[in-house]
Amino acid sequence: MATEGATAEGEATPKLPLEAGQVIDGFRLEERTHQGGMAQLWRVTRVGSDDPLPLIMKVPRIKGGDDPATIVGFEVEQMIMPSLAGVHVPRFVASGDFTRQPYIVMERIEGTSLKARFDAAPIPIDEVVQIGAKVAAALHDLHRQHVVHLDVKPSNIMFRPVPGETYGDAVLLDFGLSRHDHLPDLLEEEFELPMGTGPYMSPEQVQFVRNDPRSDLFALGVMLYHLATGARPFGAPTSVRGLRQRLYRDPVPPRALRADCPPWLQEIILRCLEVKPALRHQSAAQLGFDLQHPEQVVLTERATRQARNGSLQTARRWFTAMGAEPAADASAVTQTARSPILMAAVDVAGAEPHLLEAVRTAVQRLLHTEPAARLACVAVMKTNRIGMDELVEKDGSSKHVNLLVQLKHWARPVQQAPAAGRAAHDGRVTFHVLEAPDAAGALIDYARKNQVDHIVMGARSSGGLRRYLGSVSARVAAEADCTVTVVRAAAAKAEGS
Amino acid sequence: MKLALVTDLHANREAVSAVMAHAEARGAERFAFLGDFVGYGADPGWVVDMVREHAARGAITVMGNHDEAVVQGPRPSMVAEARRVVDWTRAQLSAEQLGFLSTLPMSAIDGDMLFVHANAYAPTEWGYVVGQADAVRSLQASDRRFTFCGHVHEPRLYHMTATGKAGAFEPTPGVPIPLSPQRRWLAIPGSAGQPRDGDPAACYASFDTTSANLTFHRVPYDAEAAAAKVRAAGLPESLAQRLIDGH
Repeated sequence: MATEGATAEGEATPKLPLEAGQVIDGFRLEERTHQGGMAQLWRVTRVGSDDPLPLIMKVPRIKGGDDPATIVGFEVEQMIMPSLAGVHVPRFVASGDFTRQPYIVMERIEGTSLKARFDAAPIPIDEVVQIGAKVAAALHDLHRQHVVHLDVKPSNIMFRPVPGETYGDAVLLDFGLSRHDHLPDLLEEEFELPMGTGPYMSPEQVQFVRNDPRSDLFALGVMLYHLATGARPFGAPTSVRGLRQRLYRDPVPPRALRADCPPWLQEIILRCLEVKPALRHQSAAQLGFDLQHPEQVVLTERATRQARNGSLQTARRWFTAMGAEPAADASAVTQTARSPILMAAVDVAGAEPHLLEAVRTAVQRLLHTEPAARLACVAVMKTNRIGMDELVEKDGSSKHVNLLVQLKHWARPVQQAPAAGRAAHDGRVTFHVLEAPDAAGALIDYARKNQVDHIVMGARSSGGLRRYLGSVSARVAAEADCTVTVVRAAAAKAEGS
Repeated sequence: MKLALVTDLHANREAVSAVMAHAEARGAERFAFLGDFVGYGADPGWVVDMVREHAARGAITVMGNHDEAVVQGPRPSMVAEARRVVDWTRAQLSAEQLGFLSTLPMSAIDGDMLFVHANAYAPTEWGYVVGQADAVRSLQASDRRFTFCGHVHEPRLYHMTATGKAGAFEPTPGVPIPLSPQRRWLAIPGSAGQPRDGDPAACYASFDTTSANLTFHRVPYDAEAAAAKVRAAGLPESLAQRLIDGH
């Protein structure tokens, strides 16, 4: 399936060991940049092409001629990579198969992997959180493309530079253990041992479940734990027995190892490390949302835990884990799609009461059909572009706080409705006041940063000033990346009757 | 080359027309018809003529068990209802059309592809490939990389490594699946003329022989019209209703 034929450069029959200068299917090997147990990486250029895209060739190392795990892993990567797109994966260029020379040529991501930061762990909390949010965004993008990675670990994560950002966009590498919802799982029949990397493997992976995107959140939780504390929550087991310990043995709470780890971060990390996927964040976007809004994280017993479970409880859990078969009803996209982030953009200070009520009704309906959804209630506090802002009302109270109070008041009926009751309880309804001169721009930006799936907002009212200023909802509907519902109140009828 | 794989057409003109139009609109350059052109449906003559025309232009064709039964006459072991359909179908076909069916080969080979109606291990005995074990048995009976068969009406994809490890996959319509050169594959496109997996839309698959991408398709068609014709022909009511239900 090579995309290029042989060139006129005097190509020899390529086989290992490879040498610099050699040409394979039109790609010239320039320099070997990595020699690992599983693969070699070569910086390559395309002969006779001036495409500026930097390229790398990955060549699997086959041990002793018959190494099914490596061969199948490579086959899986060859199958999945061409189906992926976007900034969070390297761009696929070409591949060659085992009948001649197996390889994958892909975009080369500059820089080093995240592994370097792990050698420095524990690192500053801010940085832990920043890395976590970046990786969560990348995972969400992957899950939306029907793929569960299943080998999330520091050496499989790099960062694509973005001007003005310390880290840039996280890029996920190595899809050799991945699972695509819509393609055959070639690894399934190779199952004799759990597949993954010991320290990061989720409990359900240990039990041979390979289709749950929440497995990737567990691995991210292990990474966050390690970055925050310098220790691995489950060590680095190599036996199946060692791997199974995570089914019943709690990790030491991060705050016991690092006193300045904030309770909310411990809450997030321990939630990622829950044995049951249903107790973790339900999507990578929801995890990313928590990391970006620490003040909104609802603290449970996890936040204050000071030591791991006692031996009695561990024994009980061990006994339960013995016979437990994990549910395997998830898939990357169904799980992600049924855990959306909804955003209610509410002009609590400006809109007419009947419109506010109509927006609330629309939100309630959506929450009723999406019980696993999160709801972010957002108001915008307009600020001046130039000059000082009046941050306090005439009575001396804070404008920001007042808006927040009104927003919460608006949302009370939503939280009290039976369908949303549970959501409200475990922190799935949150409140945010954005300070910005441009309301539409702020809402669009917020939705993008938080991977919002659906915005609900009121239509422009008919007032003359509004007409003059233009419609916020029209701009949001036109420019947002996600679905936007613009709610209009049936005002005249309701009030006339 | 873009090859369209159509099987178990079962005399359903409406479904087959929709499938052919879908395939042609997507650039199909060649067709393979994997048997059971007749039986169950109300338009055996039209479907046989359509397959014949394509065969004359180079399409691959193989014989199915229903085609064989119509050529040879109903076997004594057949239930009364099946016997009635075979007799009715036979009466609809000209000597020429029956002659075409009688000359169909049991299997065909083209490059690294094998085409057969039921399976590769005993094509004339009409055993069904209904699971991994049957698929492995069929793959081991052939040295081709790709086996395309019908007989089973539900779309499925099986694969086997050089070490004999096999997997089964229920395909998602419209998603191209790259068939890796490191293993061998057996694909069942699903029935065009009588789908049975709960979705009444017609099945077929397309295979790009250059990239080795296989795509399963579902094509909605006027099943009500096809069912009405089955009823009008006096064929069993259950055969009409199952077109509408897809069971």
